[in-house]
Amino acid sequence: MLLEQLSRQFPDINWAPCESYGMLTIEAPVDQLVPVIAFLKDDPTLQMNFLTDLTAVHYPDDKNREFALVYHLHSFIHNLRLRIKSFVPASKPEAPSLTGLYAAANWMERETYDFFGIQFTGHPDLRRILNVDDMDYFPMRKEYPLEDASRKDKDDRYFGRQGHEGVEFDKRIDRQ
Amino acid sequence: MESYFKSYDSVDGELATVNLGPTHPATHGVFQNILKMDGERIVSAEPTIGYIHRAFEKLAERRPYYQITPITDRLNYCSSPINNIGWHMTVEKLAGIEVPKRVQYMRVIIMELARIADHLICNSVIGVDTGALTGFTYMFQERERIYEMYEELCGARLTTNIGRIGGFERDFSPEFIKKLKSFLKEFPARFEEFNSLLERNRIFMDRTIHAGPISAERALNYGFTGPNLRATGVDYDVRVMQPYSGYEDFDFIIPVGLNGDTYDRFMVRQEEIRQSLRIINQAFGNLPKGSHHADLPAYYLPDKEEVYSSMEALIYHFKIVMGEVPIPKGEVYFCVEGGNGELGYYLISDGGRQPYRLHFRRPCFIYYQAYPEMIKGALLSDAVLTMSSMNVIAGELDA
Repeated sequence: MLLEQLSRQFPDINWAPCESYGMLTIEAPVDQLVPVIAFLKDDPTLQMNFLTDLTAVHYPDDKNREFALVYHLHSFIHNLRLRIKSFVPASKPEAPSLTGLYAAANWMERETYDFFGIQFTGHPDLRRILNVDDMDYFPMRKEYPLEDASRKDKDDRYFGRQGHEGVEFDKRIDRQ
Repeated sequence: MESYFKSYDSVDGELATVNLGPTHPATHGVFQNILKMDGERIVSAEPTIGYIHRAFEKLAERRPYYQITPITDRLNYCSSPINNIGWHMTVEKLAGIEVPKRVQYMRVIIMELARIADHLICNSVIGVDTGALTGFTYMFQERERIYEMYEELCGARLTTNIGRIGGFERDFSPEFIKKLKSFLKEFPARFEEFNSLLERNRIFMDRTIHAGPISAERALNYGFTGPNLRATGVDYDVRVMQPYSGYEDFDFIIPVGLNGDTYDRFMVRQEEIRQSLRIINQAFGNLPKGSHHADLPAYYLPDKEEVYSSMEALIYHFKIVMGEVPIPKGEVYFCVEGGNGELGYYLISDGGRQPYRLHFRRPCFIYYQAYPEMIKGALLSDAVLTMSSMNVIAGELDA
């Protein structure tokens, strides 16, 4: 029902619908995101008036679709949840802000910017929120490994493992 | 009321800047608020958060699934069992694991005890902020009894790491059952005593009614969930809308408020404590017989005795500890009704030993952004009260 209504309203969009563990997931192009979500919110029969969650996922190997923005919407009237994904390229990580529709999007977008570096155009106050202001990278991107690659005191070979790429082994062991 | 707020938008006198926090005894956690004050009235507030950010989502990308449970402890540390069990159920949903009825009921008992502990802290702290310390000391004794029950079941008190994927680490012991029975018998009377100290207390009512109100419409727009949303009159509760862990079997009501102010939030939490007791009584009275865990050798750690005596158990033990268990690819959103509202887990698995991405939907983080709007035009002392009645937990806020 929901998909039918959406296709009638936006006939040009390929929704690529799939159902993952009981939740309908659709894709929307990033430039159509605000009209689509505004339609879902304001349509009297759907009333997706609750933004449950907003986050991003980094897929570094997916060319031109490196960042997936994930929106979870919820209609309390029909108790229906919907996941909308929108892909943006790493060369231009930009998306429109939803702050005009949902006040809740403000900090969620700041968090997404803070960790992934997505620029939300139209956001009233896009600053870092959880990390320090003078941080110069976006830590949730996959290129930032959790462990510091320059550390010399942790050698995975002690634990029977091969070691991570880019980690230099301690020279003392090689001499023995 | 409306015109009153407007007059503070266009104030042109000299404003004082007050720095409330990050470490201030009245804020119950590390939050900073830079307040612009006109005398005693707040003109604007600028919250700064992130003081105890610990990069949980990044950490989770390097940990096997069972090692993420202790991370969830540290989200809302007033009700960590709910976070733990919510995480276990997320992984169970991803892996398609069914748990026995007994596990579901045990989980309900533990989660409702955690909800009681969470709401008790919040409500007794509202009392403290209005100057009533007595209720706080009374209710800390009761919270202590809940913590003793956790301790009996899992060995820890605050950061519980309770349960396993597929069930519990051990069954309810006779000592636990003794403690639970005496709690169920004695707690209601003590709780009503605490309630009588505040509910119709003139000073308390004068301080809390109309303090920090928010309308249902704004609350929905701000993504409020849990008691704070219900205090505005919206009857949204995950336990009823998307029942999990057998909540559909129990008979309970969702209390709602009218004005969404501090008093309504207090009253909603008080009634939720009574409803939680009802749920625990029903679950404990009908506790099914059976095993305290699902029969899942690939996910559930075998008994230590078996590990030392049987080859198969040893192999499974090794595989689970090294995180080499099979997990399907997929993405799951699962939510539970946490102490503060809808606690969601958005998990993407690529089939590897650790999640590809894990995002926590933290209710505190989402509704705390409404705070400046709620305290605009209020007194400084009301701002403190509003914050404690919203039950903003720093751990959940900053993840």
